[in-house]
Amino acid sequence: MNKNDLIMTLLKGRTLIVLALLVIFFSFAADQFFTSQSLLLVAKHVALYGILGIGMTYVLVTAGIDLSVGAIVGLAGMCAGSLIYNGFTIFGYTIYFSVPTIVLIAVLVGVIGGLVNGLIITRFAVAPFIATLGTMYIARGMANLTSAGATFPNLNGKEALGNTGFEIFGRDILGFPVAVIIMLVIAFIAATILRKTPFGWHILAIGGNERAAKLSGVRVDFDKILVYMFSGGCAAIVGVIATSQLVASHPMTGNTWEMNAIAAAVLGGTSLMGGIGTIWGTVIGAFIIGVITDGMVMCGVSEFWQMIIKGLVIILAVIIDQYQRDLQAKMALQARNENK
Amino acid sequence: MSDTEIYLHAEKIDKIYPGTKALDQVSFDVKRGKVNVLIGENGAGKSTLMRIIAGIEQPSAGKLYLQGREVTFPSTVEARANGIAIIHQELSLFPNLTVFQNLFMASEHTKNGLLDDAEHRRLAKGVLERLKYPIDPNTKVGDLRVGQQQMIEIARNLLIPNLKILIMDEPTSSLSESEVDTLFTIMRELTASGISIIYISHRLEELMRIGDFVTIFRDGKLVAEAAVKDVDVPWIVRHMLGKGKNYPKRSEQIDWSKRETVLEVKDLTLPKSGGGFLLNKVSFNLKKGEVLGFYGLLGAGRTEIFECIMGLRPLHSGTIIKDGQQLEIGTLSEMIGKGFAWLPEDRQRDGLVQTMNIEQNIALSNVGAYSTAAGLIDQAAEDRDVSDMITDVKIKVADKRLPILSLSGGNQQKCVFAKGALTHPTIMLLDEPSRGIDIGAKTEIFNLIYQYAEKGVSLIVVSSELEEIIAIADRIVVLSNGLKTAEFTGDDINQDNLVKASYLGHQHSKD
Repeated sequence: MNKNDLIMTLLKGRTLIVLALLVIFFSFAADQFFTSQSLLLVAKHVALYGILGIGMTYVLVTAGIDLSVGAIVGLAGMCAGSLIYNGFTIFGYTIYFSVPTIVLIAVLVGVIGGLVNGLIITRFAVAPFIATLGTMYIARGMANLTSAGATFPNLNGKEALGNTGFEIFGRDILGFPVAVIIMLVIAFIAATILRKTPFGWHILAIGGNERAAKLSGVRVDFDKILVYMFSGGCAAIVGVIATSQLVASHPMTGNTWEMNAIAAAVLGGTSLMGGIGTIWGTVIGAFIIGVITDGMVMCGVSEFWQMIIKGLVIILAVIIDQYQRDLQAKMALQARNENK
Repeated sequence: MSDTEIYLHAEKIDKIYPGTKALDQVSFDVKRGKVNVLIGENGAGKSTLMRIIAGIEQPSAGKLYLQGREVTFPSTVEARANGIAIIHQELSLFPNLTVFQNLFMASEHTKNGLLDDAEHRRLAKGVLERLKYPIDPNTKVGDLRVGQQQMIEIARNLLIPNLKILIMDEPTSSLSESEVDTLFTIMRELTASGISIIYISHRLEELMRIGDFVTIFRDGKLVAEAAVKDVDVPWIVRHMLGKGKNYPKRSEQIDWSKRETVLEVKDLTLPKSGGGFLLNKVSFNLKKGEVLGFYGLLGAGRTEIFECIMGLRPLHSGTIIKDGQQLEIGTLSEMIGKGFAWLPEDRQRDGLVQTMNIEQNIALSNVGAYSTAAGLIDQAAEDRDVSDMITDVKIKVADKRLPILSLSGGNQQKCVFAKGALTHPTIMLLDEPSRGIDIGAKTEIFNLIYQYAEKGVSLIVVSSELEEIIAIADRIVVLSNGLKTAEFTGDDINQDNLVKASYLGHQHSKD
């Protein structure tokens, strides 16, 4: 093993190393950090960014971006809140759905939002940044319209209406937060799809070289639409979880969370240029963001300094990522010369 | 000035990469006002030496002397300051900018601190006229074809003031014969004005035509040098390969009239956006197990025929019959399903996904076929097929999980071929399959073509290299300016016939 190989191994494992160092650091810096109670709280926050980040990773891998996810969090949450609080009124009758149906409808709203993104991007050749910037405003506006900007409080439901149990997603099962379980399940499925199915292979190819992918027979537009639908669906799931955790839905929930999702993906080694990214990297990236944020809160670092430090960490992560890619290219070149 | 004044001398250059010696004690002279030809297989070290002379890389040992004075080029800036310019094999243009913006990138002319675009356009026009290449300087480079882009790349370097040494790394790999002629005229003008040219190419007949001195590299060593007038092609090939080698001509005698027709194209027509035709009533057929050659100059319509068949040109008209049935042209993935495979002309841009490894690139077109009931890829089947394919097309690689870019150009091209072959096509469309790869790899690609033809696959091969297409094709269709001008078989396939037919379409349109 030469020096480059050693550096490479360290670089590849860097997200886990950084996470471990951060946990150790905060355990000493803040007394109450390394307690099961605090760690579970961190994990609950992490689950939200993690799920958003998983959807975002798919989008980034195709060399796209989805700015609408934060707003879809809000919209899906408001849909769920409204359906529990007000029910659904049609022809003068008000229907109260059961919680599973409500969750399904909320997720469907997110998937449809993603479908709209995908169609705008592929059918009208609008740059993903602009298309999702537009739908971000539209979704946020629609979220506010459901309640005229107000909050739906107290979403426990009523036994008589048969819509209780919504708070489950904010709870723990056997001492483990439901949100984290959902994240791990989604992460497992998403990672399997990305690495082990033709679809995953195709979206990696789209991000790596869209022309070559198309000329190899990949249905580029269709696959891209699916990717944005997945991202929208993930956002809606986060909307449901966030609403459930608060037992209330506010139309501004999820504001700027798309940035945390992008940051989680980038910290986990996903390239904004497309073609490179892993789901578990993003999950670790989400943990890094969560640990930094909550750790600094527990240390009593001011909110303003938190922002600055978070920004620095993200930039540093990308710089290291770039260094790794340069080194990789250098090693590939060497291998090529050795092959000759 | 003596006849062979040495302008630049490289003394005992070593270049060591970890684990490999790219250059081994190479001493090389650049003769002033001459075309200094470098030749050797890929990886022989010639490009590395050029990168050192151009300041892109630093030698591990050895010295450079410019007119007897020792120099070092820590970067391209110093090399450029000494009038040394390099035209890269891979294009380095800005597709989103216009021709004149590309020509003057980083050497802009200004007036009162603002860009002087009038001056840019005037100078651009001048240099393009000199190249006999009347492209509108306001055209976006991304809209130009590969060959046209290469001429822009060449024009850009001609604009360098104080040019002393011009290094050209395979400048003709996507130029047509007439463009090559123009380029050679320009090169003669340059050498007459005292500029030294270092010329790298894999095209032997070109080297014999334009070269003054030839230097041969093999395995990082300089193995032979001579004045071109004193040597012949077999001598060069012998030194390059260490043994004699020529394009093998497919020898077997087949009565093609008895073979079944797998593809029949009738009156294929494709309108040009600005009026006129890219393809004008082109008809041809393809027999089972046949290698059909398409020869023609740049813009003759060769690539467009492939694009029509593969579903990328929905505006085309005409009838295409496959295996006796009219063929509905669908999307590209549908056409792959119907038994077609296409190797695009531009390997890097259209053929490979650079971020994926060798295995993933080869399996890309066929990965859907490995999907199990659960939707997962059947890793074992995929793994076995890719490994078989790597053996079948003879890709030299230790581990198929290495990055695709760790392979040499020839092996990369074999991967693109393997990707097409893995979908079990009955018809393969190969667009310039030997572009920019060395003779050894070329011969291997040709052998692959024969191998698949013998299996019963029908292949259409586009090539702008005369000797190549003559060697490999059973039958040759010549295209010119969108028209089919000739079709040759057997002994009629020769350079004279092909070249004559390649101009016919232009005369036709002027009448």
